[in-house]
Amino acid sequence: MSPKKTRVLTITVHNNVSTKFASVMHKSLHKCQWRKPTGHVRFLSSQQDSSFRVCVVGSGPAGFYTAQSLLKNNPNVTVDILEKLPVPFGLVRYGVAPDHPEVKNVVNQFTNLAQSGRCNFLGNINIGTDVTVKELLNGYSAVVLAYGAASDRRLDIPGEDSEGVISARNFVGWYNGLPQDSELKPNLNTDTAVVIGQGNVALDVARILLTPIEILQKTDISENAISALRRSKVKQVYLVGRRGPLEVSFTIKELREMVKLPGTKPILDRSDFEGIDKLIPGLPRGRKRLIELLYKTALQSSNSQDERLETSQAAWGLKFLRSPLEIIQDQVDQQVKGVRFAVNTLQSQDGQTTAVPTGEEEFMECGLVLKSVGYKSIRLDPIVPFDHMKGIIRNTKGKVDGIQGLYCSGWVKRGAVGVILSSLNDSIETAKTISEDFTTGHIQHNNEGKDYLMKLLNNRGVKTVTFTDWLNIDEEERQRGQLQSKPREKISDITEMLKIAFRPQHEK
Amino acid sequence: MAAPMRRVACRSFLAFSLRLHQNTTFKNFKSLASFKLPSATNFCRRIHVSKAGGLKNGEFEMQDPKSEDDVVNIVYIDRDDVRHEIKGKVGDNVMYLAHRYDIDIEGACEASLACCTCHVVLPDNFYDKLSEPTEEEEDMLDLAPFLTATSRLGCQVILTKELEGMEVRLPQATRNFYVDGHVPEPH
Repeated sequence: MSPKKTRVLTITVHNNVSTKFASVMHKSLHKCQWRKPTGHVRFLSSQQDSSFRVCVVGSGPAGFYTAQSLLKNNPNVTVDILEKLPVPFGLVRYGVAPDHPEVKNVVNQFTNLAQSGRCNFLGNINIGTDVTVKELLNGYSAVVLAYGAASDRRLDIPGEDSEGVISARNFVGWYNGLPQDSELKPNLNTDTAVVIGQGNVALDVARILLTPIEILQKTDISENAISALRRSKVKQVYLVGRRGPLEVSFTIKELREMVKLPGTKPILDRSDFEGIDKLIPGLPRGRKRLIELLYKTALQSSNSQDERLETSQAAWGLKFLRSPLEIIQDQVDQQVKGVRFAVNTLQSQDGQTTAVPTGEEEFMECGLVLKSVGYKSIRLDPIVPFDHMKGIIRNTKGKVDGIQGLYCSGWVKRGAVGVILSSLNDSIETAKTISEDFTTGHIQHNNEGKDYLMKLLNNRGVKTVTFTDWLNIDEEERQRGQLQSKPREKISDITEMLKIAFRPQHEK
Repeated sequence: MAAPMRRVACRSFLAFSLRLHQNTTFKNFKSLASFKLPSATNFCRRIHVSKAGGLKNGEFEMQDPKSEDDVVNIVYIDRDDVRHEIKGKVGDNVMYLAHRYDIDIEGACEASLACCTCHVVLPDNFYDKLSEPTEEEEDMLDLAPFLTATSRLGCQVILTKELEGMEVRLPQATRNFYVDGHVPEPH
């Protein structure tokens, strides 16, 4: 047996997921080997004899898919994936909802890649404080920025920054155990929450607020979140959008999940759907079934104007044609009291439907406001040309404008839109651009790569987390999860993560 | 690619066991020692045999057909219009079978109906032979670009004898950029 397979053996055996062993082995074989014309199969040489060393900043889907694509198409490339946190996988770990474990299966593919020999995961490295992009460009043939979106689009309205107004991004981070959001204290002491936005994140947030605790407590939701949700008084969640039902951004799977959510019922105003049924047949397939489901749900649901809700039943609703103007706080205790909305009408222009205020206003009472109007990227390093309006790095098909050897991938390249799989196609495009530059000689080669980086980081006292170190954390989380009948109990403190990562083997 | 090696291996093994049967005298132990496996790698692919409790995640597809009765020949047509004639078997999952033979089809969610990266297009007559897609599969197909009336998720298509000769075409791209269904212009 080759050394590679032995390594795989030791890692997976104690995970108690022995069914994965075979697929992990099969997959690492499948992904790692390439075939010579004679039909002989040769494993990757363990010698790092490559002339192109690439550094990817960010270990989420964009980072890993870019690495995968590069390695598949270039036998003489190695890729180092840098990550700010000690743990990999980005939004797959911290964005995908805890009750969607199957979406996280892609982690297996990434794990195989990280263990395949030409790909190195290096965690606990902060761009800016530990190393700069310029230094990375010195050490590597190509640097790919795939660090996603760490900020939000703003509403820019009064009251936006008051207590009780939370960005959905932070809320998601909170229930997913993201260290920087672990101390969030959303006000769940109110019966009504308003979510501004009608995308999949808005639905996720509403669903987590309303899902029965018995279901949530068996997922990998964070400890902080589940104990707060146990005491939650939130019974109604409204998703408010500035346009109409035809312009919703969420997708059908998530909507269907919401419609079927146990113990809840939908509240939709039938007047919002007048005339929609006539437009449905003309819609493209992707929208048609979604709008059909929405329309059907609206016909069957209670109308908030006609019927009173039973106070004991949880409910979620969609409100359309409303743009937030101000978030109102109570004068005395500074708690959020509600939101003042402008009432809109729709206008079609050049194939785009926009919301236009009518002059009318409406007030919605609530104690918790969640902003879910989009994530936004930040500029990580001053040398990188950045479009602040769109929140993306200026690039052409993944090649950063004006800087040789610098590329980008994922949300930071296109904007913070799309599911994991959108990043896949996008990463393939960036990898193709890089591969073309390899062949045309627009990229220097034979840079020192990891040796250079590690020397730099050692001098600065930065201790990097390898993939094997991450597996220590992974195992610890699974073991703790077992005690609570959860798939894992996420560790949300960085110091603790590092302690476990670097734990000497004999202590296990 | 594994097929030629497998045949060599089988032949060698057959020859080896014949020798064993013919004369188990001390003299023949020397010939046993000279038996060489054609390539360790070929055998290694089959080391991960089934675990008690059923096969998962493409393990079944790694096994060869047990007999000619089991065989289902299909053709994958990849994005470069290259035809790959593949010998599958009854019960094979079209996505995992493609993985076995390195055909460029993704399978990010590992057949759990949480993505559309294994989207394939089937000929009309074969499409009609399959059972109706479930609601969950239709929901995922909604997100796939270049969707056709005979599109399916590869991970939901299981081979039967009826599907002998089926052509499975990989569409140009397998993921959607925009949630509102807008498909970007290919570059």
